[in-house]
Amino acid sequence: MHRTPHWIVLAALALLALAAFAFALTAGSVDIGVSAVARALLSRADDAGVGYAVVRELRLPRAMAAFAVGALLALAGTMMQVLLRNPLADPYVLGLSGGAACGALVALLAGTSALVTPGAFAGALVSTAIVFGLARGNGAWAPTQLLLTGVVVATGWGALIMLILTTAPEAQVRGMLFWLIGDLSGATRGGPGLLALAGVLGVAMFFARDATLLSRGDLTAASLGVSVRGTSLALHALAAFATAVAVTQAGSVGFVGLVVPHAVRLVIGNDQRWLMPAAALAGGALLTLADTAARTLFAPAQLPVGVLTAIIGVPLFLWLLRRTAR
Amino acid sequence: MTSAPPILSCRDLALAVPGRTLCSDVAFDVRAGECWIVAGRNGAGKTTLLQTLAGLRRPAAGAVLLAGRPIAECAPRWRAQRLGFLAQDTFDAFPATALEIALGGRHPHVPRWRPESATDVSLAHAALAAVGMNDAALRDVQTLSGGERRRVALAMLLAQDPDVMLLDEPTSHLDIAHEVRSLELLARLAHDRGRAVVMALHDLTLAARFATHVILLGSDRVESGPAGALLTAEKLSTLFGQTLVAVAHSRGTVFVPD
Repeated sequence: MHRTPHWIVLAALALLALAAFAFALTAGSVDIGVSAVARALLSRADDAGVGYAVVRELRLPRAMAAFAVGALLALAGTMMQVLLRNPLADPYVLGLSGGAACGALVALLAGTSALVTPGAFAGALVSTAIVFGLARGNGAWAPTQLLLTGVVVATGWGALIMLILTTAPEAQVRGMLFWLIGDLSGATRGGPGLLALAGVLGVAMFFARDATLLSRGDLTAASLGVSVRGTSLALHALAAFATAVAVTQAGSVGFVGLVVPHAVRLVIGNDQRWLMPAAALAGGALLTLADTAARTLFAPAQLPVGVLTAIIGVPLFLWLLRRTAR
Repeated sequence: MTSAPPILSCRDLALAVPGRTLCSDVAFDVRAGECWIVAGRNGAGKTTLLQTLAGLRRPAAGAVLLAGRPIAECAPRWRAQRLGFLAQDTFDAFPATALEIALGGRHPHVPRWRPESATDVSLAHAALAAVGMNDAALRDVQTLSGGERRRVALAMLLAQDPDVMLLDEPTSHLDIAHEVRSLELLARLAHDRGRAVVMALHDLTLAARFATHVILLGSDRVESGPAGALLTAEKLSTLFGQTLVAVAHSRGTVFVPD
């Protein structure tokens, strides 16, 4: 199997992420050139030009939030695929996004939009607690048991979501749909997401080598000195936290968490020390690009970014898959 | 040799799976240079015994000692530097090159934040070469056949290079040539390099050829000791509930079903 050296892939993805940021900061209904953007980024508020407010207060935080959400989802997906030993797993496979959506939708239904974020986060945690509580058989979590429990719990959340959607007043349904598809127009702060991302990636890298071995089976990993229970628990907690933060910021953006880890793995392999940072960069870049397109393609109308991640990601992934198969 | 302290031993060991006791009062000592073979019917508990000896499963009673220490109290990393285990099944759900997999065997020897050294890489290559897979070092494991994957898994254990190697049917999926070659390799590691080998094996003729010691895992009793006294047609016929005839051959004893 011939592979491009790992560091070249990582460097290329870092460049892609930078390009995505450049695109996000320059594109929009107000025409701001590259040099004006650079000036806005470097200048202080008091000697700001025209573009300052647009770049610093609208585009930059939103690009940062998009990058963080995309990267968190891709990281969570990478971890879930290892933990469940299944390349088809994604961050939502254990029903976490369903719980978050129910929390957010109930908040929207009650008309208290200030509670959407805490509601989503609480819903995500409740769902995680339910799945792990139910799937616990004699002290350990077997992947199949978790997966089955998660899928069934997710179906339950799905039914609840449908119930809320069908009974909600029509004026609120559109907002709810945007939330469900995934939308970043509400993101006004980029810092918290990036901070969460840095934390999750740092801790994940600590476990990266153990995670690579875990993907070859619990017994093999344990026989090589991996503390299987502790590592699995830590990775599950990390993935749940990353997903909860992402979903809380942007709703259930689909596709990124499933396909980015998979696509990046095709290029860089399954060594988690490389796959985790590479997936984070790729996921962040993809969502930043998709979100910028979502807010500019049909401006002033805004598309939910979740639709675009799929529209960009599906052909990209199919192309990669075909290329590898040959 | 027999005066050397045992590297792996068990005392009053009892094994159970949910709802069933497999065996009790198992006790034996494994010393450097010995090649132990575990024989028994399907479901007799060979896998359970090996996993328990590897410290990956709690015994129902008794204790396993690795280099004199209760294995349950050993730090996982310390244990993995001294004892390796080849599981019956390995998962190849994700792409990885044969070399990456063999390098995984170096895990207990490489500090957490350090990349594998050039020495680790050459040990992994040597391990792949030992199982005849070094030409496929950069091949994706998912493109390999079942037998080739088995040899790569064995290479991972060889790269780990522990004092004690526990192997659960190491020759499954292997053709007869690679079966013999792998067993010769393990026997050499025991005899020439002072490693201890304990493995479950179904081929009694090959067991008779390579074992220095044997554990016969019966439903009501467990016998362990030097191979010569235990690998007899009479004992094996009772163990398997199938009459076997021992045929002497210049290269060893052949067991033929009656």
